[in-house]
Amino acid sequence: MINEHLPALIIGIPLLAAFATPLISKINDKLRNIFVIGILGATLCLVISLAFNVFNNGIFVYVMGAKSPGLTLPSGYKMPVRIILEVDGMSIFMAIITSIVSLLGAIYSWAFMHKETGKDKYYTLLLILAAGMFGMEFTGDMFNFFVFLEITSIAACGLVGFRINRGESSEAAFKTMVMYTLGALFVLFAIGILYGEYDALNIATLASRIRYTMLDKIALGLLVTGLAMKAGAVPMHMWVPDAYAEAPAPITMILVANSQASLYGLFRVCFTLYGLTISTYTLGWIIIILGVLSMFIGVTMALIQKKIKRLMAYHAISQTGYMLLGVGVGLAVLSDANALNTYGLKAMEGGIFHIMNHAMYKGLLFLTAGAVIYATGKRNLNELGGLAHKMKFTAIFFIIGAAAIAGLPPFNGFASKLIIYESVYKFNPMLSVIAMLVSILTLASFVKVFQSAFLGPEIIEVKKEPKSMIFAMLCLSVIIIAFGLFPDIVVDKIVAPAANALVNSMQYIAAILGGA
Amino acid sequence: MIDNLPFIACAILVILGLYTLTFKRNLIKIVIGLNLVESGVNLFLITLGYKSNAVAPIYTMAAKEEMVLPTPQALTLTSIVIGLATTALILSFTILIYKHYKTIDASKVRRLRE
Amino acid sequence: MMSKIVRTITNILYSSILIFGFYIIMHGHLTPGGGFQGGAVVASGIALVLIAYGYDTVKSWMKKSNLSVLESIGALGFIGIAFLGIGTTFFYNFLANSGGLFGDPTVIGINPGNLDTSGVLPLMNWAVGLKVLAGLGSVVLLMAYGIRKGDEE
Repeated sequence: MINEHLPALIIGIPLLAAFATPLISKINDKLRNIFVIGILGATLCLVISLAFNVFNNGIFVYVMGAKSPGLTLPSGYKMPVRIILEVDGMSIFMAIITSIVSLLGAIYSWAFMHKETGKDKYYTLLLILAAGMFGMEFTGDMFNFFVFLEITSIAACGLVGFRINRGESSEAAFKTMVMYTLGALFVLFAIGILYGEYDALNIATLASRIRYTMLDKIALGLLVTGLAMKAGAVPMHMWVPDAYAEAPAPITMILVANSQASLYGLFRVCFTLYGLTISTYTLGWIIIILGVLSMFIGVTMALIQKKIKRLMAYHAISQTGYMLLGVGVGLAVLSDANALNTYGLKAMEGGIFHIMNHAMYKGLLFLTAGAVIYATGKRNLNELGGLAHKMKFTAIFFIIGAAAIAGLPPFNGFASKLIIYESVYKFNPMLSVIAMLVSILTLASFVKVFQSAFLGPEIIEVKKEPKSMIFAMLCLSVIIIAFGLFPDIVVDKIVAPAANALVNSMQYIAAILGGA
Repeated sequence: MIDNLPFIACAILVILGLYTLTFKRNLIKIVIGLNLVESGVNLFLITLGYKSNAVAPIYTMAAKEEMVLPTPQALTLTSIVIGLATTALILSFTILIYKHYKTIDASKVRRLRE
Repeated sequence: MMSKIVRTITNILYSSILIFGFYIIMHGHLTPGGGFQGGAVVASGIALVLIAYGYDTVKSWMKKSNLSVLESIGALGFIGIAFLGIGTTFFYNFLANSGGLFGDPTVIGINPGNLDTSGVLPLMNWAVGLKVLAGLGSVVLLMAYGIRKGDEE
């Protein structure tokens, strides 16, 4: 019985809990924290059980408000009229990331946000952000996608500007909000064009009808621009360092997942919506070029940063480039079955695996940065030093995160980057060389951070990091090492279904329209 | 030509909005630019469902049965609601920025860059 | 605090704005409007009072924490109703055509309108109306608070 309703429950329960949080806050702060963590834990369990369902039985369809959950086409209709949630391998892959990250973010917040006021609003927004991301990942309806996109935008910006005692937070939130809103309006404009042409909002129906006219090209351009803007790819990346640096650390971790949800939207549009009709070669190269630019500009900007979280934010841009590169290569060879099977699919697996790895190690790094700021109250690297004496755990976690982001074995970053290097090399050797060069620069940058923040004599007073923060960082470290040691299992069980789901857009359409 | 007038109007609105966003330095004007883009997009959505000589899609005491397409109106309504929330949030940030920086000139509000 | 003329007009208009807002919420499933629009009308009434009497006076009449509780109840009501339909599907309209509350069958075609139709939609409109009037009301109050503090400094 409960199995039938899983996608709706995964979106509905955090949303319901979000609005119950202010009421529970009135009773007791501790009770509220337990409630939020419990809800997110329950959501994680639901996501995992849905994941088993999807991996075993294929695409999972849920029709909102219909007579039965699987009834996509009521008798007499040739196209779906209701809002449909459609969960395939890629959606569930993203949902796993979202649920892990938001759960650990809530756990970390327990101690991290302890002294702040307005925590009821903080947790409400956190839950809304999580629900919005699940919505973006599960929905099979373009307009619904836009609505959830805006829900995450508003919640995320509320959280970026959460510390209203700092002018910088408001400044960052303003900038982020302008970029998010503009991106979302581009997406809405594109949805309007598609609706005007094909009289449908359902992604599967649209994909089966699309003809790739001039208007469709404009719509595609608007969609790619809008979603890349929100994902923080390079020409539109101005908001990323500000937002990531100013948000509280656990929120930064969730913002990374939020950017990746937009990235998911971008892939969904490129592969499922337009995949059948266009020659994807040009589009693939556009994505690849966006990726290479992001990689290179992100890392070079990171090298000159002085503030710890701002530096990591530029690295986040740079790592987004790897995902775009991997999936872009897959997109470029999508219509060429031979190339797709020899290296295209592999590159996509690398890119998609990197999405998960990035969320984990970047989250860990931001959490360690949060712990450093919590313990010292300083953000500037020049004022930090000798932290390893007092913050042993944080130092170890930082090493794990830094090694993973630089792609050193045996951590997860190495596993996914190796797949990207190998497969991209067969597509175009230059790209692979650039990717490796960026990795080396990343390593250099993190060695610098480690040396200046953690090594050397103790020059400042340091608080000890609380248990809940250590627990959240420990969980992420365990995941990073486990993925690094057994990448084959993860790739086979989780990543390959996601890549296949993106490639087989016919399946996605058939799940709604029934083979027609 | 006369049928295309709304599309031209919404293109003008969007372009004016983008111009305001790019070249104006006053934060309030940036918000206005964002709202202009949004109005353009909303007008576009509404125009998609328009049918000449039809009435609003409401049966209660309607004048006749020929009605415009209701879906774009629902979409526009949702988009207006979202726009309201965004505008309220972004104006609140502007108030906060003014309190901290004593200015709403974007070229002076850049403590983040240093 | 504005002049006596503004305050007198506000006193007269306030109740009618409120009633109009609630009318729009109640008739959301029959006529143009609904929860959001009605809530916005009511909130504009709050804004009018705020302008006429000033932040400090209004603050003593309504508390922000009460508004935020109302807002939570509205949102919980909306999603709660969606959850009530989960016997069939999420958001299923379980009251429509059931013969009970709001359960009359909907008339197709031009008709004067029957308030007792549409199942859960009126209930959802009330929930949204409550949420929006409380939410927008507190937004207006908070913005007034922010500007007032700015004037002081």
